[in-house]
Amino acid sequence: MKVTGAQAFIKCLEEQGVEVIFGFPGGAVIDLYDEILKQDKITHVLVRHEQAAVHAADAYGRVKGDVGVALVTSGPGATNTVTGIASAYCDSIPMVVFTGQVPTMLIGNDAFQEVDIVGITRPVTKHNYLVKKAADLVPTIREAFHLARTGRPGPVLIDLPKDVISATINFPDPAPVKMRTYRPTYEPHPGQVEKACRAILAAKKPVIYAGGGVIASNSNEEVTELATKLNIPVTMTLMGLGGFPGTHELSMGMLGMHGTYYSNMAVANCDVLIAIGARFDDRVTGRVDAFAPHAKIIHVDIDPTSISKNVTVDIPIVADCKHALSAMNTWFARSSECDFKAVSEQHGPWLKEISAWKKKHPLGYVMDENVIKPQFVVQKLHELTKGEAIITTEVGQNQMWAAQFYHFNKPRHFMTSGGLGVMGYGFPAAIGAQMAAPGRTVIDVAGDGSIQMNIQELATARQYKCPVKIAILNNNYLGMVRQWQELFYDKKYSATGLEVAPDFVALAQAYGAVGLRATKPSEVEPVIKEALATDNTVIMDFVIAREEGVFPMVPAGKATTEMLLV
Amino acid sequence: MKHTISVLLQNKPGVLSRVTGLFSGRGFNIESLSVNQTLEPDVSCLTLVTDGDDAIIEQITKQLHKLIDVIKVTDNSEADCVEREMILIRVKAEAHTRAEVLRIIDIFRGKVVDVGPKTYMIEMTGNATKLQAVVDLLRPIGIQEIVRTGTIAMIRAKKN
Repeated sequence: MKVTGAQAFIKCLEEQGVEVIFGFPGGAVIDLYDEILKQDKITHVLVRHEQAAVHAADAYGRVKGDVGVALVTSGPGATNTVTGIASAYCDSIPMVVFTGQVPTMLIGNDAFQEVDIVGITRPVTKHNYLVKKAADLVPTIREAFHLARTGRPGPVLIDLPKDVISATINFPDPAPVKMRTYRPTYEPHPGQVEKACRAILAAKKPVIYAGGGVIASNSNEEVTELATKLNIPVTMTLMGLGGFPGTHELSMGMLGMHGTYYSNMAVANCDVLIAIGARFDDRVTGRVDAFAPHAKIIHVDIDPTSISKNVTVDIPIVADCKHALSAMNTWFARSSECDFKAVSEQHGPWLKEISAWKKKHPLGYVMDENVIKPQFVVQKLHELTKGEAIITTEVGQNQMWAAQFYHFNKPRHFMTSGGLGVMGYGFPAAIGAQMAAPGRTVIDVAGDGSIQMNIQELATARQYKCPVKIAILNNNYLGMVRQWQELFYDKKYSATGLEVAPDFVALAQAYGAVGLRATKPSEVEPVIKEALATDNTVIMDFVIAREEGVFPMVPAGKATTEMLLV
Repeated sequence: MKHTISVLLQNKPGVLSRVTGLFSGRGFNIESLSVNQTLEPDVSCLTLVTDGDDAIIEQITKQLHKLIDVIKVTDNSEADCVEREMILIRVKAEAHTRAEVLRIIDIFRGKVVDVGPKTYMIEMTGNATKLQAVVDLLRPIGIQEIVRTGTIAMIRAKKN
């Protein structure tokens, strides 16, 4: 069948099951946009800045558990996607980004809106392509989706020269993607599984350390089975929140720099650490030599480069987390060596030790009758949404308070820019999440600084009737940096005071959204209730205690046991 | 410790910069690099020499393997292999030194590939140590210029 490159593009997206794409048009992709107009299977969401398209695609993919798609033009359109792509790369989010490119004959001529986006994004994509021949277009798109969603997921970029889009080609029949060089390992090595299981059985003080890989591989049930059958406490990374029920008695919440006291103490004292789909990030480990110093470390990860990169691992298992956990659960169920009751009892004293830590330093804050505490806002959000909302965050204090106080019970309910830490992620991500889950409550927990990095997306939210709620924890500061300056720079607040700020209520109204403000603790609940009852985009401006800090805190470079507490 | 790593990769545009970008981006070192086609025209063999402790070398080989265009990664240092570089040397060859230059390169089985009024161009292959020895011997006579390739390597056949 003869089609144009643009028609083939649409057919390929349909073939991949794509329903929504996020984008922004321009000269190099105008033919694609012409084709988008002629069909109704794929909804195009017009963002107001290309970075937002990528963040929205990121969260859309996370909620759906599939590949998010963004489409932008050449040059500045392409360069504006870089932050979003880098964020998705750090967080292993499946995504395909299409960028327009000048016609092939002009490539290298410094043409108008030409940029070497393949060169620029090489270090922040799982793989990327410049399609130089129209005949390669369809196989390239199929390969890109295959790469994005298999193995360790990640963003893949395809650069489409204008003449490739307008060329006429034969549309090849769908065929399974075969790649000579790419065969991710899904199945665990049985010998390693057995070794890991034996180490777990021998443990007196085991801890499960679950990361984003648990979410990506949909293995929350397998983790829960492992933890509950053997009575093993679970701590999660920022990316892993929701991988195990946050309100479960075995949950210790998050670990690391702003993790709970008891998570960090448990890791520091455990004898077996079971790392699942986590990568021993510096924000998790603190000083590496003091991280889990007494533990035999088991590490399950689909990416061999993650293993023994930061911390030496004793029992590596290269596999998909779901496959590896199933294999472990099966081993325990079948093994004559494993008596679930006896093992559970064996961990009793350890769990008592942990609950003593929990009692000693619970996650908390000092309530104030006159000033709104940000943690209180997040707690109220949790309470009034029954913990069922999809939460996105910006980056900084808002992100940490959301992670600490909104106890996620289910996977794919928390979207945050974990690895790269992108301010401006949360709002476009909320739009992406809402497009993936219409009818669900989606809340962006934001700071007054970071919300301004993609505030223009109020127009997008309104245009596509996304009733997302933005909860601005407004302290009139770039709060996290201010906190560091307070603690480590003698309160010298260099460039962290936001002296000029918009009136967020009026700003919301200017876009036709709803703006609400709370300045006292008693106003928090009514404002949230009103926002939740409103079928429109809402900004909730919570004027909070200006110098509230995020605690516990492990100062950079310190051991995780050296926490600053409230 | 130095490691000579061979990488088989798909001969596609940009593939070399994927490899070198990986090294620069992650702070790994490349001491020498050599790349050309293999028997299969769409497959290239890239040989590089790098330096690092075991953990770094493990990361390097894993990270290389993670690149989508990479087919195979071999750390030759783990095997008995032949390693070769080639060098071109322009050395002063005046009436009183010509004979000495010829004697030295004869010992190292080099050859003169170009003769100028007052210089010889010498071509020689060998491992890095041997080529360095020649350079050191010829330096007092007067080397004007050298050009050296990266190392290439091939594992020796198994003897039973």
